[in-house]
Amino acid sequence: MCLAVPAKILEIHGRKAKVDFGGVYREVDISLVNARAGDYVIVHAGYAIEVLDRATAEETLKLWEEILSQ
Amino acid sequence: MFRLEDRKIADRIVEKLKKMELQITIMHVCGTHQDTLVRHGLDILLENVGVDVRQGPGCPVCVTTPAEIEEALWLARHGKTVAVFGDMARVPSKTGSLLQAKAEGCDVRVVYSIDDAIKLAEKGKEVVFIGIGFETTAPSTAAALMSAKNENFSVLSCHRTVPPALEALIKMGETKLQGLIEPGHVSTIIGIEPYKKLAAEFKIPQVIAGFEPLDLLMGVYLLAEMIKNGESDVKNEYSRVVRPEGNPRAREAMKEVFVTIDVKWRGFPVIPRSGLEIGERYAQFNARKKYEHILEEVHSQEFEEPEGCRCAEVLRGLCQPVECPFFGTACRPEHPVGPCMVSFEGGCAIEWNYRGRKGGNG
Ligand code: SF4
Repeated sequence: MCLAVPAKILEIHGRKAKVDFGGVYREVDISLVNARAGDYVIVHAGYAIEVLDRATAEETLKLWEEILSQ
Repeated sequence: MFRLEDRKIADRIVEKLKKMELQITIMHVCGTHQDTLVRHGLDILLENVGVDVRQGPGCPVCVTTPAEIEEALWLARHGKTVAVFGDMARVPSKTGSLLQAKAEGCDVRVVYSIDDAIKLAEKGKEVVFIGIGFETTAPSTAAALMSAKNENFSVLSCHRTVPPALEALIKMGETKLQGLIEPGHVSTIIGIEPYKKLAAEFKIPQVIAGFEPLDLLMGVYLLAEMIKNGESDVKNEYSRVVRPEGNPRAREAMKEVFVTIDVKWRGFPVIPRSGLEIGERYAQFNARKKYEHILEEVHSQEFEEPEGCRCAEVLRGLCQPVECPFFGTACRPEHPVGPCMVSFEGGCAIEWNYRGRKGGNG
């Protein structure tokens, strides 16, 4: 299942990172992404597969508003 | 998750869709999209404004074939420790499910990730990890094998890739699909390019969408607009996560470890170049090679899909779960007949959990 909720990276130890899924802590592998502490990542089966782009997230919201106000 | 503010935006999107006076059929190929659609009743909302959303083969557990489940069962019954994701263990096959095998005394372990399976192997047993999933999980299998050293560890790869299945669906042409909602997280890996190819070849518009209710509604809206205007482009509603180029590092790992093979999907004939098998360089981790002598017997047999189960049609978007005579009666999550009632990404389980249980069909 695709967890829509991204996890926040708290600490990095080599290819592993401790992440926070809104209060649930887990260790995930981050070797497939370029991530730093503080980043939000999408996790599948224990592996981070992408880093959330927060600037774009805000742009998306703006885009929605634009489209809807047309 | 669906806040009041969102509800207002959702209403506006639906209002806009209504004004478009649509009569369209589209498909998504993601269990989580189906979950969002049914959980929030968006499928009904959309149907009321002329958008028929079909679900496709978006559940990795569901498209795994009976023969693959038998391979796993055979290995378990031959004394291997079989490590598997939770819902896969409950899928019934001709000779039982992995969970039943466990009850018979076989060593079947439910794991959360391939790393858990490797940890089990470190304790010395012969461990086989059943590698299930599309481009979202295949990279983790690849990355783990690239650094694995354990001689007593192997993978039975049942990984598959989504774009060849989309192509097969379009070519089969059983339903006239006017547009596709593409799976958000598969797209984080593969990027936009594979969809552009489909758009160019089959003139089919597509939108990559995320998993919140508004993501999906927005995705449908963008798709409807393209259909209305006769465009066949690819739009990315989920750009906060999906980059146009995808995740090259994950794709490199997949390329390093896997080779592409033709493979059958449940409900489909063999789909060319849609399977990922472990390549020569990592052959020592390939359970099919390592245990060829055990699996020979499985490979010489045919395993049918459960009699009467309509998962095949559910997975091709031709049948709604409630149209299956077993739904909610002979087939329930506690005693599933087919995988679509087992997996939490399966159409039948989703329908049952959000709507069936509460009456009507139960
Ligand atoms: S309700 Fe059960 S038997 Fe019917 S299609 Fe779904 S999984 Fe198969």
